[in-house]
Amino acid sequence: MTAGFLAPILGGVIWTLALSAAALAVGMVLGALLCAMRVSGGAVLAALAAMLILIFRAVPPIVWLFLIYFGLGAGWLQIGAFEAAALGLGLITAANLAEIFRGALKAIHVGQWEAAQTLGLPQVSRLCDVIVPQMLRITLPSIVSYAIGLIKDTAIASTIGVPEIAFQASNVSQATFRGLESFAFAGLLYIGLSIPIAMASRRIDLRLRSKVAR
Amino acid sequence: MTGLLDFWNQSLPQLLTGFTLSLQVTGLSLALGIPLGLVLALTLQSASRWLRWPSLVMVEIGRGASILVLLQFVYFGLPSAGLTLSSFASAVAAFCWCTAAYTSEIIRAGLQSVHHGQSEAGEVLGLDPAEILRFVILPQGLPVCVPTLLGFSILMLQASSLAFVVALPELMSKAQLIGSNTFRYMPLFALTAILYAAVCIPATIVVGRLERRLSRHI
Repeated sequence: MTAGFLAPILGGVIWTLALSAAALAVGMVLGALLCAMRVSGGAVLAALAAMLILIFRAVPPIVWLFLIYFGLGAGWLQIGAFEAAALGLGLITAANLAEIFRGALKAIHVGQWEAAQTLGLPQVSRLCDVIVPQMLRITLPSIVSYAIGLIKDTAIASTIGVPEIAFQASNVSQATFRGLESFAFAGLLYIGLSIPIAMASRRIDLRLRSKVAR
Repeated sequence: MTGLLDFWNQSLPQLLTGFTLSLQVTGLSLALGIPLGLVLALTLQSASRWLRWPSLVMVEIGRGASILVLLQFVYFGLPSAGLTLSSFASAVAAFCWCTAAYTSEIIRAGLQSVHHGQSEAGEVLGLDPAEILRFVILPQGLPVCVPTLLGFSILMLQASSLAFVVALPELMSKAQLIGSNTFRYMPLFALTAILYAAVCIPATIVVGRLERRLSRHI
């Protein structure tokens, strides 16, 4: 038996990775913004951010994608399938990352802010040189495990026609009538993609930890 | 504006029928999947390699492969292996597999949170391993998992929208169907989103409260 008919599915890997990266990037930026709003001290801003986080998470990803791609696409805004998927998955990612960021901010001792202030560091430097590096170390494991989940969620983008792994598997299955092998291969690819990322994250986490070991 | 409300009013009954089916699929998958998750949590810790390895494979595939791919594997793939399931049965099978895989980890963590002195004390009292599990470990370990399991259940309700790809006439399929007849996708998917949110937002708030209450005295 030749397995050559599965080759097109491999071509979907690049799209899966690109979409995951794009959704993660959208999520990081919007998530940082939402987190900033929640901890800003303004009651209205904080409530607005909390509400957005709830809404982003309460609607299934496929509904977000359809709402953006078919809904907004029907006259409001012309948007490509890839961009729609990146935006839709990005919104959900933003909500989840905002909570991860907020948890990390709480975990950083208030003395760190005070010390930076006492040293006379300007506001920007206090944040970028003192707080953010510590947040990065605390949040890295959570961000990576979220990203691994996100890779699997990008399969949903196949429903709006992004040519990623699940889309290719579906095509191959329809063309060859070998659904069993096609979808099993696609499933193994998702597992195969997450393993090296998990390993790399563990290694980076150990290195970051060893820097601050007490 | 009244046009929109009229349209919503017309499509709502059909969407609600779909939503009922979504809730049924989710409920059935959880009712079958969570006990299976408990079994997997126990077999994963078993001393026998013949129990441990198959369980590990089940869990790793259930967690590692995307739910959408699992669903398509069951519905479009298994028929070529001689097993043809209806879209309802495929959806329940795939979601049940996924539920079992994820909840096995949740339940394992819960059971491990029971101090090992508890099972040692059970041994000293002369209980056999099954009795220790039944009377000592499970009553203390399972309540710990409840908030996490509820949170997972909300995610499964959302995941049930994926059954749309195997032509199960649940909420998402109904919305898509009406949409392709009327071309009014925006108001339809907006209403679909509102329906999901109407269940998921209160549920999330309740689970959050429960979580805080249970962790208060820790």
